[in-house]
Amino acid sequence: MIELNDVGRAFKVKRAVVHAVRDLSFTVAPGEFVGYLGPNGAGKSTTIKMLCGILTPTSGRVRVAGLDPSRRRTTLARRIGVVFGQRTTLWWDLPLGDSFDLIRLLYKVDRKVFRVRLDELTQTLDLGGFLRTPVRQLSLGQRMRGDLAAALLHAPDVLVLDEPTIGLDVVSKASIRTFLRRLNAEQGTTVLLTTHDLGDIERLCRRVMVIDHGRLGFDGTLDDLMATAPEHSSIEDVVTALYTGTG
Amino acid sequence: MVRTYALLAWTWTRAAMAYPASFAIMTVLGLAVAGMDVAVILIVFANTTTLAGFSRDETLFLYGTANLAFCLCDMFVSNIDRISQHIKAGTLDTMLIRPVSPWLQLAADRFLPTRIGRIAQAAVVLGYALSALDLDPGRLWMVPVMIACGIVIFTALWTLAGALQFVLVDAPEVTSAFTYGTGQLTQYPFSIYGRELVRGVTYVLPLAFVNWQPALYVLDRDDPFGTPEFMRFLGPVAALVLALLAALAWRQGLRHYRSTGS
Ligand SMILES: Nc1ncnc2c1ncn2[C@@H]1O[C@H](COP(=O)(O)OP(=O)(O)O)[C@@H](O)[C@H]1O
Ligand SMILES: [Mg+2]
Repeated sequence: MIELNDVGRAFKVKRAVVHAVRDLSFTVAPGEFVGYLGPNGAGKSTTIKMLCGILTPTSGRVRVAGLDPSRRRTTLARRIGVVFGQRTTLWWDLPLGDSFDLIRLLYKVDRKVFRVRLDELTQTLDLGGFLRTPVRQLSLGQRMRGDLAAALLHAPDVLVLDEPTIGLDVVSKASIRTFLRRLNAEQGTTVLLTTHDLGDIERLCRRVMVIDHGRLGFDGTLDDLMATAPEHSSIEDVVTALYTGTG
Repeated sequence: MVRTYALLAWTWTRAAMAYPASFAIMTVLGLAVAGMDVAVILIVFANTTTLAGFSRDETLFLYGTANLAFCLCDMFVSNIDRISQHIKAGTLDTMLIRPVSPWLQLAADRFLPTRIGRIAQAAVVLGYALSALDLDPGRLWMVPVMIACGIVIFTALWTLAGALQFVLVDAPEVTSAFTYGTGQLTQYPFSIYGRELVRGVTYVLPLAFVNWQPALYVLDRDDPFGTPEFMRFLGPVAALVLALLAALAWRQGLRHYRSTGS
């Protein structure tokens, strides 16, 4: 479903060149739920942006659902759902429900299919109370649930989420985790999620990838991850050890 | 594509209609500001019968054709020039994840229906000029052609201005000087400008083909700058070349888009 081969992305900043991602290779099979971990500035968001075609890689090959994202961006858009925790994909000044209507138009989702999906999402994400509220007046947790619904209205095969639980309270986090787990289990949607919240990883991800300084440092199951630093027992300590290179 | 645009525009129109009073005030204000342009032309002609060889009604014809094309683009395309704001706010990223061209989404973003007042004003001025001037009916076919070319040229200019902002993220004003400046420039007979400037806007930025060159044909006049007759008909070619350039620049801009660091 997702395939990266020796992918690199550099940014020229003044005179210097920043390699946000380098020699990155991994594949994600359909139906997998993968956690993508890394300290700030590791290259997580850059990877996500290359997956949805926002950024063109400077080297290597990216395939998502068999498509080259930067060349076939608009075709891929129908098959991928994207959520940015730090910014909304909704229309700030419009009521949440109007944003959904616009998305229906942009993705050309059939009206009947749309109704059914929206009802389903409204129920599972508990959106009923604020469909008429302008997005800018929503709480972070409400907005995040709205964003999730927006990313799924066109029934994508792949969902990528960049820090979807950032800044949320425990209740909101729990409801989003439950939702994502069910989505993956029941609809078979492939999910790739970046996070700093190790609770997300423990509860959701069968597979974990760790990136640091643009390079993949670990790729395996959660158990494998714990085994990299047997002297530590909490996932926090294991990940810290991995980041700081003492593990 | 037109349908998608219309639906996006309609969403913003509905949002604007939520405040009917401000909607009405904005429309009237737009009309009034546009009326000032005409007032300036009328004041000039209160003291003289010709402006650089052109009568009042001929000048109004030039004004009407250029302004109709310009105001249509101002309403339907000009929102492109807010792209640097979208780049900085990260909203361009969200447009790029949709299955619709970001150009279309940008053009329709915050569509302002109140600009209709200015379009109406330009249409009225053009209508007046057409009825006041005793034009050769055999040459009138050029009027819709020149307006269409004007629309393509201004759309291309706005697109170029947008593409430029991928590089000049921090200086969007530079590019709006370019679009609004050209809109102003084409309101008057080119014979009031210096030869060098007119050369520039004929051969470099083909603004002369928005109205000046084809209008010389419609008005059956010789070019005071002495360009050959066939230039009157080059509007579609100039528009096409500029549109191609703009499309290329836009593609390059998008391909080299770097988003923003987290
Ligand atoms: N648009 C950009 N321009 C310049 N540098 C960037 C840009 N985007 C990201 N970077 C740099 O690339 C590196 C990786 O960034 P990012 O992928 O956002 O990291 P993460 O999401 O893991 O925190 C950082 O050093 C960041 O400063
Ligand atoms: Mg990030």
